[in-house]
Amino acid sequence: MGKTLLDKIWDAHTVRVEEGGRCVLYIDRQYIHEVTSPVAFAGLARRGIGVARPSQITATADHNIPTVNQHLPIEEPESRRQVAALAENCARYGIEHFGVGNPRQGIVHIIGPELGFTQPGMTIVCGDSHTSTHGALGAVAFGVGTSEVEMVFASQCILQTKPRTMRITVDGALRPGVEAKDVILYIISKISASGGTGHFIEFAGSTIRSLSMEGRMTVCNMSIECGARGGMIAPDEKTFEYLRGRERVPQGAAFDEAVARWRELYSDPDAVFDKEYHFDAADIAPMITYGTNPGMGMAIDASIPTDADPKALEYMGFRPGERLLGHPVDYVFVGSCTNGRIEDLRRFARLVEGRHKVDGVTAWIVPGSKGVEAAARAEGLDRILSAAGFELRQPGCSACLAMNADKIPAGKYSVSTSNRNFEGRQGPGARTMLAGVAVAAAAAVTGRIADPREVFGIKD
Amino acid sequence: MSIPKFETFTSGAVPVEVENIDTDQIIPARFLKATERKGFGENLFRDWRYDASGKPVAAFPLNDPRYGGQILVAGRNFGCGSSREHAAWALADYGFRVVVSSFFADIFRNNALNNGLLPVRVEEDLLQRIFAAIRRDPQAQFTVDLDHQRFTIEASGESSPFEIDAYKKRCLQNGYDDEDYLRSLAAEIEAFEKRAAE
Repeated sequence: MGKTLLDKIWDAHTVRVEEGGRCVLYIDRQYIHEVTSPVAFAGLARRGIGVARPSQITATADHNIPTVNQHLPIEEPESRRQVAALAENCARYGIEHFGVGNPRQGIVHIIGPELGFTQPGMTIVCGDSHTSTHGALGAVAFGVGTSEVEMVFASQCILQTKPRTMRITVDGALRPGVEAKDVILYIISKISASGGTGHFIEFAGSTIRSLSMEGRMTVCNMSIECGARGGMIAPDEKTFEYLRGRERVPQGAAFDEAVARWRELYSDPDAVFDKEYHFDAADIAPMITYGTNPGMGMAIDASIPTDADPKALEYMGFRPGERLLGHPVDYVFVGSCTNGRIEDLRRFARLVEGRHKVDGVTAWIVPGSKGVEAAARAEGLDRILSAAGFELRQPGCSACLAMNADKIPAGKYSVSTSNRNFEGRQGPGARTMLAGVAVAAAAAVTGRIADPREVFGIKD
Repeated sequence: MSIPKFETFTSGAVPVEVENIDTDQIIPARFLKATERKGFGENLFRDWRYDASGKPVAAFPLNDPRYGGQILVAGRNFGCGSSREHAAWALADYGFRVVVSSFFADIFRNNALNNGLLPVRVEEDLLQRIFAAIRRDPQAQFTVDLDHQRFTIEASGESSPFEIDAYKKRCLQNGYDDEDYLRSLAAEIEAFEKRAAE
């Protein structure tokens, strides 16, 4: 029987297998940020040991930092302390650190691929569930807890049971006005917020292949939102071209040799997956969520299911059977490790160009990294945004998780391109509706939930 | 370094009859700013346990004096969402040794085991009978026997097996942690790196 892509990479990184099936899994690269690393560093100190392979670790500050006036000290003392602790720990243990103001700083899952640290065939972990993003380049990448962060510091390995395999195939051409975010929100709405639990997903099919690398990262990013350990896409020419010339990939002849190895990374035709799903791209419309987990999503022009979870609807202030089109919106957030890449900013700028943000809406447009910010400015996106009443902020996790100054007030409605609509996720009492960039743009220029195909005249 | 040894115990349980409890509910992100591991129990289920003015919500089970014990019983898909180990720390720091549900999110399950907090997965119908037993008697007692991997409702005597892999069971019973074990494999890991580089 053939091997799946997961099998190939996992098996090649298994140092040994314990009784009961736990694998000692070798980790090629660990990313760390300021929130889930300090207790791991403290653990090392308590044990009196060091970091085993500092060169295989990359650090950046993203969760706690403000997205304006980054040259000033962070106002909130606890956030400031946590960001400072990361810098101190990295200096102490010899770990490369991209702190605030560094031209390579950004959201950890944006900078990993952008700088070329993330490469096909690697095993990658980070104390962050959206580590699944890196799977878009054909890596086995997943989130771990702080104990495991410390294990990788101490040994470059963790102990994990190999996940079951799942393939989600999406075929056909996407309809106009539909983007990668809609694809993954649609999938999660179909298989539920726990449908992938215990599994590692491989996304396949012509629709997935047709996505840009940025779009593929958006899809893999939200694998965890259906409970999956991770998500991945077999590398192809698009992947290799994306990586060519990036700072931390092999250069010249060494790159060609790497590509030759990466070409072996695919699921064999006779490989058997533990679970398979097939979807048709023609069924996917611009999506929006109405509830308090990412599985509670629907087409933008649909009605909330009559059997929707009453607790979720009470929190959101919605009724069963209600349509969301026309519902007022207070905040719009474009950014995060899900939709904070250059392609997202380009799409948003193109849509709002020649229009204007409505007065009642507060909009935060946040690049995912300094690299994305620089590219946006070089392309003049900041000027387009500014003319339309939007400000391009500075990179960070921003309004995704209410750990920094960008919080949505209680009771306010937010259309957010981030990944979670949990109760209080964007601030205590905040009401989050997840969507793609086009739905966010439509909300920003109309002040309401609106169908981007109508607002922007996108025809089938 | 070690985790607390896990021994068989009998205790009451606190029921939180909600499905898909994500780790943002178990501990909201604004409480993740500590640089050391202590005091997370205070903010366990913070936004369900206290209202916006900081007053305890009387109806929330953790505030209900009828319930107590080292076992939390919760609806299916417990611990989904963020990988924050702070969720496991908050539960353990509050005093829970066991979480019972019909389904656990993967990262949470690992984080719990790495902190001596045992996730006990039971069938959905048994979970419902556990909730019913607590409704009948808020002080209902339950026994968690890790040696024999059994969870027992004392009032009815109904007992169900639960799964745990052999390695993790040994860790919990002996208070071993993974890191000590992985460090003991240093030579093997180096040999693996040499092979991989060839």
